[in-house]
Amino acid sequence: MNDTVAIPALTPQDFTSDQEVRWCPGCGDYAIIKAVRKALAEIGTDTKDVVFVSGIGCAARFPYYMDTYGFHTIHGRAPAIATGVKLANPELDVWVVSGDGDGLSIGGNHTLHALRRNVDLNILLFNNEIYGLTKGQYSPTSREGTRSPSTPLGSVDHPLSATRFALGAGARFVARAVDTDQKRLPDILKAAHAHKGTSFLEIFQNCIVYNDGAFDAFAERKNAPETQIFLEHGKPLIFGKERDRGLRLAPGTFSLEVVPLGEGGVDESELLVHDQTNRPLAGILAEMEPPDFPMALGVLFCSPEESYEAAVYAQIEDAKAISKADGIDALLRTGHTWTVEAR
Amino acid sequence: MENDRAMAEAALTLDEVPREELESAVIRFAGDSGDGMQLTGGRFTETTALAGNDLTTFPDFPAEIRAPIGTTYGVSAFQINFGSRNVMTSGDLPDVLVCMNPAALKVNLSELREGGLIIVDTGTFTDKNLQKAGYEANPLDDGSLDRYRIMAIDISKLTLEAVKDCDVSKKEGLRAKNLWTLGLIYWMYDRDVAATVEWLGTKFKKLPNIAAANIACLKAGHAFGETAELPDGALVYEIKPATFRPGLYRTVTGTEALAWGLVAGSQLAGLKLVFSSYPITPASSVLHVLSRLKAYDVVTFQAEDEIAAAGAAIGASYAGALGVTSSSGPGVALKTEALGLAITAELPLILINSQRAGPSTGMPTKTEQSDLYLAVYGRNADAPLVVLAARSSAEAFDVAIEAVRLATRYMTPVVVLSDTFIANAAEPWRLPDVGTLEPFPVAFHTDAEGFQPYRRDAETLARRWVKPGTPGLEHRIGGLEKDYTTGNVSYDPENHQRMTDVRHEKIARIAGDIPEQEVDQGPAQGPLAVVGWGSTYGPISRAVERSRESGISVSHIHLRYLNPLPRNLGDLLAGFDKVLVPEMNMGQLTTVLRSRYLVPAESVPKVTGKPFKIAEIMDAIRAHSET
Repeated sequence: MNDTVAIPALTPQDFTSDQEVRWCPGCGDYAIIKAVRKALAEIGTDTKDVVFVSGIGCAARFPYYMDTYGFHTIHGRAPAIATGVKLANPELDVWVVSGDGDGLSIGGNHTLHALRRNVDLNILLFNNEIYGLTKGQYSPTSREGTRSPSTPLGSVDHPLSATRFALGAGARFVARAVDTDQKRLPDILKAAHAHKGTSFLEIFQNCIVYNDGAFDAFAERKNAPETQIFLEHGKPLIFGKERDRGLRLAPGTFSLEVVPLGEGGVDESELLVHDQTNRPLAGILAEMEPPDFPMALGVLFCSPEESYEAAVYAQIEDAKAISKADGIDALLRTGHTWTVEAR
Repeated sequence: MENDRAMAEAALTLDEVPREELESAVIRFAGDSGDGMQLTGGRFTETTALAGNDLTTFPDFPAEIRAPIGTTYGVSAFQINFGSRNVMTSGDLPDVLVCMNPAALKVNLSELREGGLIIVDTGTFTDKNLQKAGYEANPLDDGSLDRYRIMAIDISKLTLEAVKDCDVSKKEGLRAKNLWTLGLIYWMYDRDVAATVEWLGTKFKKLPNIAAANIACLKAGHAFGETAELPDGALVYEIKPATFRPGLYRTVTGTEALAWGLVAGSQLAGLKLVFSSYPITPASSVLHVLSRLKAYDVVTFQAEDEIAAAGAAIGASYAGALGVTSSSGPGVALKTEALGLAITAELPLILINSQRAGPSTGMPTKTEQSDLYLAVYGRNADAPLVVLAARSSAEAFDVAIEAVRLATRYMTPVVVLSDTFIANAAEPWRLPDVGTLEPFPVAFHTDAEGFQPYRRDAETLARRWVKPGTPGLEHRIGGLEKDYTTGNVSYDPENHQRMTDVRHEKIARIAGDIPEQEVDQGPAQGPLAVVGWGSTYGPISRAVERSRESGISVSHIHLRYLNPLPRNLGDLLAGFDKVLVPEMNMGQLTTVLRSRYLVPAESVPKVTGKPFKIAEIMDAIRAHSET
């Protein structure tokens, strides 16, 4: 019998590189990287098999701080580069770290196409509703009227919802989380990792310098129970510190309404039950925002289908199985050839 | 003129057709975009190759897929030069012009040589079509074609007669008139219809009635030649097989040769090929060819845009495959940022640029060589890379393999310059035995002992290539400047100078790993050298040959390596009093040579979207030999 050795379990420290972290003190990115390291350690994936690919922006420095393989690339292009990584080696565990400017503005097209193709990537979109690294310009997710160096009188264009964008692009896994939510964020990261195909996770990330408190309306701990609803597949949509409020479709409409539960309110059986395989439901849940509604967090949508690279390799294997091809010399000799004899 | 022999006139009889022996001939098939001229030319090419002639083709078609019928801008043409001797260009001036409609005549007549033969389908010379082509009077009647010989045949009518027993509609039947015409040309040049019959049978396997109609037309056109009382002046010719080096041959376009060269190169390197591209004329066909080669471990990816195509190729190289991307001018412009990343990340990457006429969208289906600056200089900051150019369709195979060798040995992007002409032009190719080529397997680094991602090979200055998934070598790279030793992010001023220097030196040293520049013909020093690169090889070569035959001392130097330039090129050029550079641009190589060697190189520019004629280069040689 062969000797066996116990593989030592990995710790978050094993995923921490020797590089000094250079995010601003208090940046939400610290909380996110902590959760990612924890999640990876708990998943038990080997550091050698993990690749972090990023574009440009504060979030994009992420790979330097992970003791895995990492590629800090160019602005907006991380989903495309990560697609190439996955096509070359589908065995790798590939993560894309992006921001609202990187992933939805300059790289919006690549995010869109990675999602519709369903490449097996985990895309983490750090949304802080601002351009941090370039010193505070408004971003495609900034709310209307945002004053910034480039919009001194307030922005006049309409913001994009990252989550609704992902749902519209055909993503098969769409989730949301808050940076500081160390209780839930690792679990959502693990769910994203477990999903084969593109997993899209929007993380509300506080930029302490240029957009501090942007998400306080639902992210502040003291308000959280009343302003957030954590989605769980198969469970009724209930929230509130006392779990005394719920969501249902307003009778005769396709609109949500918040209703009181229990005495004087409605019965739990009247509430919507979260079905993470229902894309239209995910869409209306993604539209909710305070103060009228709670912010929907957790897994909004998860409905796996064959991933892109798996389909690509299935075609390659099929082609090999039926091919009569026998090496490159045979390839060159297909079709009409003729021989010139020595005279 | 490609064929300046006098052509004897011969009256034809039903019994015996005298065949005049020619050394070479140039035929141009021209018709509406929907007339199947490219197909006709392709079949004639195959049959001609099988007959043992040397040949070069020039497909010339509009960017519009189906321009309005009968218009001059909807004319599609296919020219082939074939002969019993070495054929190096697609021919200056056609000897025979086939016109399937008046617009084809209007557009192409000026190219026909004096006394050349025009074959027209009179069935299309209606008032309406004449008007669409801009003719006020019928040129067949008004004497304007007196300088040429005319075969006016109602091909449309004869085509319909030929298909009357086939189960096809009138419209379907009429579409076979290109095959009827091809049959006639086969007869004129004593070609066998068998290969085309076989091809039609395969192509229309699922439409046996269409196959039958096409074959019937092909044979009817051939029979027409054999039996008809042809007008005086219609000639039949014989072109004997060319003398080729013994071996196995096929015809190949530059697109096919490039694609197969990439497959061969990646196999010699022991790498999986990941080819990622976005549709663009005329580069898309490389993607088409490779996407059918899945059985050869080729992964193809049609990306969402040019940038993503370049990005995915870089990602593939990062993961340990050979990443290749391909485009044409405007698409290459979009990839320049990604090239910068590959340069600083020091990853292998191949970019094929099938150049076309520009700027901007320009003339998408017309050839040009105007992206040399873009390839050599076109990036932000000091960003050197390797630039190679293929000089012919067949040579593109070797260039592709060399690109793989250099990209993997030096961990660098390599730009391969092709162009519309090379992409589409077919020529006979003596097939190499890939099994005998020297492999250059990539040795991925796996040793964790003292590993630093940017530690360099002392000789090549290349950093080590590590596949993600290798235990103990987890590391990060990126677009930020890196410390020379550790590879960690560094903003140190001296380090940036050092890294810039080493990136520059790495590419410069490649000059020691490529062959010295040879003189293609002529003396190694003398009064005049003609220096070219890329697809101008054929016309320059022939022009220099003829000029030398006429007593002018001139040499031909043709560059495959454009960056770095061959190590002896400066000394070589210094040995000539004058350096002439014919280019399908406004003088880009001229600038490079002048700035690099301070030689008084002079440009012979041409940007008409068409290849050089031999005569144009001969004129330039003569002009510079007299002064």
